[in-house]
Amino acid sequence: MAYGNAAFTALSDPTRRRVLERLAEGPRAVGEIAEGLPVSRPAVSQHLKVLKDAGLVNDRQDGARRIYAIDPRGLGAMRAWLDQFWDVALVAFKAEVERAANDEKEDAP
Amino acid sequence: MSLAIKPAPVKKTLVVAATPQKAFEVFTAGFDRWWPRSHSIGEAPLQTVVLEGRQGGRWYGLLENGREAEWGDVLAWEPPRRLLLAWRIGADWKYDPALLTEVEVVFMPEGEGTRVNLEHRLLENMGAEGEGARASFDSEGGWTGLLQMFAAEAAKAS
Repeated sequence: MAYGNAAFTALSDPTRRRVLERLAEGPRAVGEIAEGLPVSRPAVSQHLKVLKDAGLVNDRQDGARRIYAIDPRGLGAMRAWLDQFWDVALVAFKAEVERAANDEKEDAP
Repeated sequence: MSLAIKPAPVKKTLVVAATPQKAFEVFTAGFDRWWPRSHSIGEAPLQTVVLEGRQGGRWYGLLENGREAEWGDVLAWEPPRRLLLAWRIGADWKYDPALLTEVEVVFMPEGEGTRVNLEHRLLENMGAEGEGARASFDSEGGWTGLLQMFAAEAAKAS
């Protein structure tokens, strides 16, 4: 891997992937990120800290709010995300293709 | 200073208990049945995903808000052996028709099943021209961090 293991490890957690995906929509405050996620706001803050330490997101102060965004070195974030994404996708693909193949066997005379 | 940092391709391999024909068919025509919904990077949740089964075919998602989110298109359509897709989403997580990264999927018979090799490559094209990427490479932490990673990789490889 040309990019750090920290990014890869950070994205091995599905909730952190969701957090990163929320940020892919645009910069957000913690409360906005937490909306629609099945985890508490403090938990989201903790996930953001891990993502930040891994260099995947950055933050800036905006008045009383702290705004998080995907780090502009996003190539690392995107590669780490893709690495995890294809794992998840191919597990789902394998399950589906084997279900379909099995159905055909059962349908055969 | 122009030192190109080239990210390695993402490579995956797996064996599925089905013929290459079946595997190819489910990967393409059955795309909507397995593509993870949790991984939408568009502006709204995904409703349906579409991979048009022909060279030049479109690859996109229909969103719950009625709009479409493009990913790319079909560069090579060679059933049941090989599929080459263009993934045109950049490091800014936005669709860019001018951006090319390739997803090649090869289906090979193995035993009674099929080995599926997937390679997502040319990731260096993502955001390589992006101002954000360049700015951060020049910022403290940017180059240093990347070069440290590079050094670690080089040490591993030697």
